[in-house]
This record gives sequence, C-alpha cells and structure tokens, in this order.
Amino acid sequence: MEDALLIDRVQFAFTIMYHYLFPQLTMGLGLLIVVLKGLFLWKKDERYNQSARFWAKIFAINFAVGVVTGIPMEFQFGTNWARFSTFAGGVIGQTLAMEGVFAFFLESSFLGLFLFGEKKLGRSGHFLAAVMVFLGSWLSGYFIIATNAWMQHPLAYAAATDGSLHVSDYWGLLLNPWIGWQYTHNMIGAVVTAAFVMTSVGAFYLLSNRNVEYGKVFVRVGVGAGLIGSLLVAFPTGDGQVKNVATYQPVTFAGMEGLFESKEGAELMLIGQPDMEKLRMDNPLYVPQLLSFLTHYRWTAEVKGLQAFPKEQWPTNIPLLYYSYHIMVGLGTIFMAIMALAAFLLWKKKLYQARWALWILLLAFPFPYIANTAGWMTAELGRQPWLVYGLMRTLHGASPTVSAGNGLFTLLGFLGMYFVIGVLFLFLVVKRINQGPENAGSAH
Amino acid sequence: METLWFVLVSFMLTMYVVLDGFDLGAGIIHLYAAKTDVERRLILNAIGPVWDGNEVWILAAGGTLYFAFPLVYASSFSGFYLPLIMILWLLMSRGLSIEFRHQVDNPLWRNFWDVMFSLSSGLLVIFLGAALGNVIRGVPLSKDGYFFEPLWTTFTVVPESGILDWYTVIFGLVALFTLTVHGSSYVAMKTEGDVQTRSRFAAGKAWWGVMATTIAGITTTFALRPELLNNFTKHYWGLLFPLAALLGLSGVWYHFRKGQDTRMFLSSTLFILAMLGGTAFALYPNLLTSSTDPSASLTIHNTAAQPYGLGVGLSWWIVGMVLVSGYFIYVYRSFRGKVALPTEDAGY
Repeated sequence: MEDALLIDRVQFAFTIMYHYLFPQLTMGLGLLIVVLKGLFLWKKDERYNQSARFWAKIFAINFAVGVVTGIPMEFQFGTNWARFSTFAGGVIGQTLAMEGVFAFFLESSFLGLFLFGEKKLGRSGHFLAAVMVFLGSWLSGYFIIATNAWMQHPLAYAAATDGSLHVSDYWGLLLNPWIGWQYTHNMIGAVVTAAFVMTSVGAFYLLSNRNVEYGKVFVRVGVGAGLIGSLLVAFPTGDGQVKNVATYQPVTFAGMEGLFESKEGAELMLIGQPDMEKLRMDNPLYVPQLLSFLTHYRWTAEVKGLQAFPKEQWPTNIPLLYYSYHIMVGLGTIFMAIMALAAFLLWKKKLYQARWALWILLLAFPFPYIANTAGWMTAELGRQPWLVYGLMRTLHGASPTVSAGNGLFTLLGFLGMYFVIGVLFLFLVVKRINQGPENAGSAH
Repeated sequence: METLWFVLVSFMLTMYVVLDGFDLGAGIIHLYAAKTDVERRLILNAIGPVWDGNEVWILAAGGTLYFAFPLVYASSFSGFYLPLIMILWLLMSRGLSIEFRHQVDNPLWRNFWDVMFSLSSGLLVIFLGAALGNVIRGVPLSKDGYFFEPLWTTFTVVPESGILDWYTVIFGLVALFTLTVHGSSYVAMKTEGDVQTRSRFAAGKAWWGVMATTIAGITTTFALRPELLNNFTKHYWGLLFPLAALLGLSGVWYHFRKGQDTRMFLSSTLFILAMLGGTAFALYPNLLTSSTDPSASLTIHNTAAQPYGLGVGLSWWIVGMVLVSGYFIYVYRSFRGKVALPTEDAGY
C-alpha cells in the first residue's frame, strides 16, 4: 500500500508542477495584454495593438496547454485521492465547483471572442474581452488558492456523524485569513513570470536587430511590470505570507528557515545545508538576529525552532522544504536587482544599446518559473505530513482501491504525454517568436 | 434538497452531452465530411470559438458532483480509475488537435492533427457511452462505498463485469451513433456545399445505427435490470421521456428527408435530452447502483453533503447559471450563421 501512496504522490506532484508552468504565464500575460490594449486605446499607437495581437497568439498556445494539463488536476482528487475527497469534499467541493461555474465559463467564452472577434467587437469591445479573459483567469486562481488555503489552515467546517467534513460558514471559507497574502503573492509571482518572458523576447529582438520597434515596446512594458512585480512579490505580499506560516504553522516556519533550536535573537540563514543527523546547519552563512526582527519587529524576540515541537509534527522532508524556500527567496532578490538595473538603464535611455544588460534580460526568463515552482513546493512540503493541516494525514487520503501497478501505468502515461506536449509547445512558441509581431495577423 | 441536486447534476451532465456532443460528433465525421484543407478548416471554424466552453460543462458537472455527493465522486472516480485517466488523455489529445492544427502551414502536420482529432473524438464518445452503460448496469460496490473495476474481464456481464463488456459496448455504440447524428446535423447547419451534403448523408446513415443500438440497449437494460422500470410504473409522467425521445428520433428522420438542418439538429437535441432525462429518472434515487448487493448502492440519501452546504451551493449555482446563460447566448449570437472561409491565418 505504501507503493501506491508514493505513486499517487509522485503523480500529483508531477502533474501539478508541470501544469502550473502554464497558468502562471496565462495569468500574468492576461494582465500584460490588458495593459498593451489599454496603452493602445490611450496613446492611439498601432504598435501596442499589434504587440497585443502577437502576445495573444502566444497566450492562445499557452492557454491551450494550460487547459489540457489542468483537466487531470480536478479529476485526480477523485481518482487518486478518494478518501481525501470523501473526507473533505463537503468543503473544498464548493470552491472547486465554483471555479468551474464562475471562472472557467467566463474565461473560455471570452477567449473565443478575444481571439476571433476583434473586427466584430470594435476597439472598446475587444479591450473588454481582454479584461474578461484576465478576470476569468484571476478568479480561477482565487478559487484554487481558497482551496489550498483551507488545506493549509482549515476553518469554517463542521464534522458529520460519519466523520466527513462539511462547510459551515460559506464566507468564512472564502475569506480564510490565509488567502489574502497567498493569493496576492501568487498572482504577482505570475506577473513576474510574464514580465520576464516579455522582456526576454524583447531583448532577443533588440540583440538580433529585428523587429526593433516591437523589441523596445516589449522591453519597456516588461521591465515596468517586472520592477513593480519583483518589489511587490517580496514586500508586502511575500513577507505577509511568511508571517501567516509563522502564525499558523510555526513548525513549518522553523523548517523553512532552517532553525533547529528555539532562541531569542534568531539568525536569518542565507546559505547552509540542513544536517538531519546532527540536527544543525552545516556551513552556515547568516545574519544575526535578523529573523527575530523580520518576524516580530524586535531584535531579541524569541523564535521557536524545530526542537520545540514533537518530531511527528515536523515537516516530512525538511532539507527539501528549506531549499525550496531559499531558492525562491534568493531568486526573488536577484529579480529585484535585475529589474532595478534595467529600469535605471531605461530611465537613462541606455538600455536599448547596453548589449550586456539585454543579454541578462534574454537569459533570465526561466528563473521566475523556477521561483514560482519552488514557492509552491514550499507551501506543499511545509504542509506535510498533513493533507489537511492538523486534521488528515497524507497517508490516509489516497484511494483505497487503486493499486500501485495501475497507478504506475498512468504515471508513465502522463510522463510520456507531457514530454511530447512540452516539445510541441516549445516548437510552436519559438516559431511564433521567429515569425515576429509584424506577421501576427491583422484584425479579424 | 438532495433530489434537487440530483436533478441539477443530471442537468449539467446533459448540457455537456448536448453541447460538447455536437463538436465531438463533428470530430467523428471530420475526416469523411471534409476532404480538403479548406473544408476541414470550415468544420474547425464551426466549432472553434465554442468547443472549449462546451467542454467546461463536464468540469463544472464534476465539481458539482464533488461538493453535492462527495462519496459518489470519490468512489466512481477511483473505481473507474483506468478508463477515466484514458478519457483524460483523449480529452487532452483532442484539445491539442483543435488548437495546434492551424499553427503550422504544412500538410503533414495538419493531416496528423486531423486524424488525431477524429480518432480521439470517436474514442471519447465510445468511452463516455460505455461509462454511462456501467452506471446503468451497476458496479460491484462494497459496504464502505468503494469498488474497482478492471477494463475488461471476459466481456460477459455475469458473473464478473468489466468496464467493457457486451452490454456497455452497446452503450458505447449508442453514444457513437447518436453523437454522429448530432454533430453531422450541426455541421450541416453551419456549412454549405460539399461539406453540408456529406454531413447530411452521414446523419442519414447514422440514424439507422441510432435506431438499432437504442433498441438493443433498451431491451437488454430491462432484461438485465427489470427494477429500472419501477419509477415509470409508479409515476406515469415519466413516460414523457420515452415519448419525447421517440418524437426526437422521428423528427431527425423527417427533417433529414426534408433537408432542414436546423430542425434536424433541434430534433437530435430533443432525443438526447429525453434519453438522458429518462435514464436519470429511471435510476433515481440511485447515483451508483451496486451490482452485487442492492443495500450497498450509493443513493442521494446516503451520500449527500450536509444541508447547509447544499443550500449555499444553490444560491451561488443560480447566480452562476444566470451568468453562464448570458455568456453562451452572447457567444453563440456573435458566431451565428454559416461559417465563412477564414482569411490569411485567422481562425483555424
């Protein structure tokens, strides 16, 4: 039975991590396309509109892959996590069903209009369609975060006689205090991804001296969004989310920060490797007392370390949790530096000629994907060993009747299929980028 | 309240079959009805702006089943593990076929996705039909509400059933023929010329298949599960479903002969509504019937979520459906009429 559980976990982890590579661009790009369409309406400059058309083409490819890799997610709650679904369906079934009814219909209906209806809808109508697609994707994100927030910090439920949980306070579920920072942090993370992708394509055009006018638009809009996004993703949203974890899951917080012993004036670990045998950090590089200050705004405040909690409450994989969190924070810091530098050069009117800086912008686009993935790994590894924090262990959530052999069959199938989809996706996006914005079609 | 949610979940699944049904059916006849690249783009343009929205119905229906009857969702999804994951793979292949085909202007690329589109549409319909067959036939539920069925055993219904046996294969074929008629009449309604002629022809031929398989399906069902007649004998108004189905089926033939595509499509819609409505009526109050021990069946009474959740669910569901109707009416109005040939790289 442990084999089956492991396969269920690997399959969910793999399919969700792969899936989320696409919605983060969808949600971020949805906003940037609205910005481009808005700039077009405001400045009456056709280049902005043509840029929006170009990005709509990439958006459509990305959206299609996001949709098809998203379908298995909702199904897997039932197929692989039947016990969890029976236990918690009376609560999270609400948010998942609302996602379908309120977000998916909105998104899919207006995407068709946005992609095929520019002529029919007129300028403002087409702008409105873009706004609706953006709203749909951000609403979808809200319901998913509300679902995850409940698993991280369950509330607003009552238990039935058979032990299953049912929602008892609708607005309590939708306004879970966990949601606010996690949602804003996550959505701005998506904007950072889209901003880096747009900047990267712009830098590519400038460096290779083609579509230069569009390259400048992409770099300008991308750096603007990237600078604002990189700042907001760290403060206040990232900071707020860490405080959520420190308040509601203190043992997770200790694991993330690599703090083994409780202490007054705890240090902020920058680099180091958790040594789970000796229960200490190897090769530590840290800033003394900073963790206490960041968490409680007092240099000598006490922060609880892992040792303050019984071992069976510790996150299952502390080193991976610690690395995920530090990779996310480290990359986030680098993003701020890159975007601040690019914005400074842009302000000095030197960026378009500074090839070294454009090279950095060109090559930086994979890292926000890594940071977003690492962020989600932090959230999910931090929740372990719980499936619903404090209420249900992951071990007890899997389907009772699905054997390891059947699970492996579908896991291998997903691996093969997603590999092919990845190759096709890259091929099509590279092809669009090569065709360039001039050839992205006209109004139709 | 449980009964209401039984009706609403059935309604959403029926909407899925009616709406996604026509673009699935268009996929089934795709290779036959459209021979050239231009013709195939016509068919894809006819479903292009709406197929994704249509498919959302099955996601929304799944989500609604999840919150209204959590145990049924958990039990059926894990019990039908392999076929459901295969349905997912088919849904994925099909979605990619529609969205990727037009991205590259190369005959090999386009041929590949055309075949993929048609194949995955056909297989999906057969799988979904067989799934319905399984729900009607019942599954070997244990006392705790779970079961697991292999893909096939010996293809006989007794003593050991599989996802695929001769009974569920009949339902796979009912679905295949029904949605071929449905999709063909939709394509005929949206196109002109050769594509329209071939679609009408396909609808006429498939109609005979609907007749034959439906009769086979109904007679074997009542032979296998005579208790499914009970609701009809208890509540005579339930006989409206078979009557409406009959009206729909003869309407398809009548309007086919007259060459009235829109009316043929509406008749086919009536047939699907009546057949699925009748099935839900006959199964009530069972959501998943146990084939081994009737007391282990999952009914609306032993699986429904708590009244508070069902109550708030109803309020947002109504708001949501008003919005959804708005979107659908707006989108279908925007793309009404015959599809025109796309210019340059616009559309599909």
